[in-house]
This record gives sequence, structure tokens and C-alpha cells, in this order.
Amino acid sequence: MSEKEVKNLEEIFEQKIARDEKIEPKDWMPEKYRQTHIRQISQHAHSEIVGMLPEGNWITRAPSLRRKVALLAKVQDEAGHGLYLYSACETLGVSREELYDQLHSGKAKYSSIFNYPTITWADIGAIGWLVDGAAIINQVPLCSTSYGPYARAMIRVCKEESFHQRQGFEIMMTLANGTPEQKEMAQDALNRWWWPSLMMLGPTDAESIHTEQSMKWKLKRKTNDELRQQFIDQTVPQADLIGLTIPDPDLKWNEERGSYDFGEIDWDEFWQVVKGHGPCNRERMNARVSAWEEGTWVRDAAMAYAKKQEDKKLKQAI
Amino acid sequence: MKNNWPLWEVFVRSKNGLEHRHFGSLHAADAEMALENARDVYTRRNEGVSIWVVESKHITASNPDDNGEFFEPAQDKVYRHPTFYDLPDEVKHM
Ligand SMILES: [Fe+2]
Ligand SMILES: [Fe+2]
Repeated sequence: MSEKEVKNLEEIFEQKIARDEKIEPKDWMPEKYRQTHIRQISQHAHSEIVGMLPEGNWITRAPSLRRKVALLAKVQDEAGHGLYLYSACETLGVSREELYDQLHSGKAKYSSIFNYPTITWADIGAIGWLVDGAAIINQVPLCSTSYGPYARAMIRVCKEESFHQRQGFEIMMTLANGTPEQKEMAQDALNRWWWPSLMMLGPTDAESIHTEQSMKWKLKRKTNDELRQQFIDQTVPQADLIGLTIPDPDLKWNEERGSYDFGEIDWDEFWQVVKGHGPCNRERMNARVSAWEEGTWVRDAAMAYAKKQEDKKLKQAI
Repeated sequence: MKNNWPLWEVFVRSKNGLEHRHFGSLHAADAEMALENARDVYTRRNEGVSIWVVESKHITASNPDDNGEFFEPAQDKVYRHPTFYDLPDEVKHM
């Protein structure tokens, strides 16, 4: 294809997106569109999968059967989210194996929030309330993104997320209304998860390199700072309602803006965690890689069994 | 040993009276496992009453690059639509 032809195709492609038409797997697309989508969708899938680890930590120690079945169902949902997203990503011509390889070799990123530890039961409440809460804010706009398989996966994901957030908030509410020790535990979890949750919505607009192109392709419909403000504005009243305090002395309602002003985010911490120096980066990767490696014999055995059954059927047919 | 599970496409009928619809894909060693995985991945909240799985390699798809000529035969057949036929206004229920 000549350069001119490609340019022409690109123009038609951009117009299609501007008209809100979806791009489907076999449609022509610019290589950069494909690569950007592989990167974002796989990062998203990896985050769902690694995100199971901090919560999985508490399944066996949930304080009641009700909490246990709910947490189990939530973690299972996250596995499902990972699978919807991997399957959407594979439609772009990348194999599942390559995607796992990128995760396990550290080449691919996942949401840095999952590199923080879950040291008390209240952390499970804080994750559902804040981390899933921030994820919902990130994900809802993606339900109308331009790449068809991604948009469809996100619609399924968003439908399931709301129970995650509600179960988390219920845990926090129960602790906050409990004994002084329980309330303290809830407050402590909020203190530790608040800032990482704000960081989860991404670097500030000034620092964010992908925003403009991503807006055009509807991979993003609001900037990181807008999403962050939305998250803060909706979460602060929820904390007030259960009598917990947001750990930010600069947090103040701004009448003029109709929004909360908030304090400085420690971006150094964010970049440290992104670069692999968070409290649990190594632990998370070890857990993932060993689950994959130690499962090899199971995958092999299943294939051997499938082949044997297939051969048997063939023999019977003859 | 490289022993990757093949890819399967999953189709789900949400309730009787509706057609099976493509829901997504997954990896499984064989058809039975694909069905069970599909149940766990795509119908955790009663989204289905029937599931079909088919190995992705068995699907033949039309190529969108050829859409112009491929779907062209239908383009000039306006007489396939009811509005093509001029009837007087007095004719009712037609
Ligand atoms: Fe999720
Ligand atoms: Fe979730």
C-alpha cells in the first residue's frame, strides 16, 4: 500500500470513529490503534487478574459466612473480568500466551494499586469501596469506546462492578458502627487506601502522555483530573455518612467550583510503585508466575486427555 | 512442552424464545471443558439457558475489506421493500 493510500484509509477510519461507528476485529485499523489497544486492554486484563491476589488473601479469614461468599463471588468476578478482557484483546491478533508472557516478564504493567498489602479485614472493605469505586469511574466511559469487543467487555464488567463496591462499603459501614477498635480499623484502612485510590485514576493531565490520542479514539472520554475530581466529590459524602475522616487536611468544599479542593498527591510514591518498588510488587509477580508454572502439568494433562478422547472417537468411527 | 489450550467462541441463549448470541471467547482443552468454562465465565448470574461452543478455527468470516462488492447485490433491490409499491391512500391495513 502506498503512503497516500494509507493516509486515505486513516482518514476514513478517523471519520468512522468520529461518527460513533464501532471498529470490529477484522476491520482495517492503523497499526498504532492496534498497538495502543493491545497495550491498554491487556493492562486492564492484567489488573483484574493481579487484583484478585490482595483480596484472595482474606477469603479464608472472612469474619462470617455471608462475608465469605460475597468476597469469593467478587474475586471470581474479577477473574471473569480478566477473561472477558483477554478475549477482547486476542481479537487484535495477539495470543493469550504472549499476553501472559508480557505480564510475567514484567514487560506489561498492571494497576499499581494492587501492590499495596491487605493487612486487616477492613482493607477488604476499603478496596471494594474505594478501589472498585475508582475503577467504576474509569470504566463507565469505556462502555462506549470505539473498539467493539472492548466496549462489549466493559458493559459486562460495569454491570458486575456495582455489587463489588456496595459489598465493600457495607463492610466499612459495619466496622465504622462497631466497637471503637473496629472503627479505628476502618479509619486506618481508609487512611492507607485513600491516596493510592486517587493515584489509580492516573497521572495529572499535564503529565499524561496519551490523553489527546486516547480522547480521539474514545479510549478516554474524560481526563484523569476530571475523573479524580468526580471520584472525590462522590466519595467524601459517603465517608461523612459513616463517620470516617478522609485523611487530607486540605480537603475543603469549594462553593464556587461546586467541588472539593484537595491536597497535593505524592506522585513520587506513585512512580516508585509503578517502577516496581511498591510494598508488594515482587510478591504479586511471584504469586502469578508460580501459579502459572506450577499449573503447567495440569494444562498438559488436560490436553493429553482431550487428545486421547479424540483418538478414541476416531478409532470407533473406523 | 508447548501445549496451549485452543480458543473457543461462546454463544449463549439468554432465554427461550431468543437466539444464541456471541458472548466472547475462552480457552479450553476440549469441548466439555469449554462448555463448563463458558458457564463459569459468561453465565454467573443466570445470563443463559443454553450455551454453544465452537472452536474458533472452524469459523469462516467474511472479510470487511470486501464489503463493498460482497454486499453489493442487495443494494439496488429497492423492490424488496414495501415502500417501493405505490398504493392509493384509501387502501387500509396494508
Ligand atoms: Fe473488575
Ligand atoms: Fe471489581
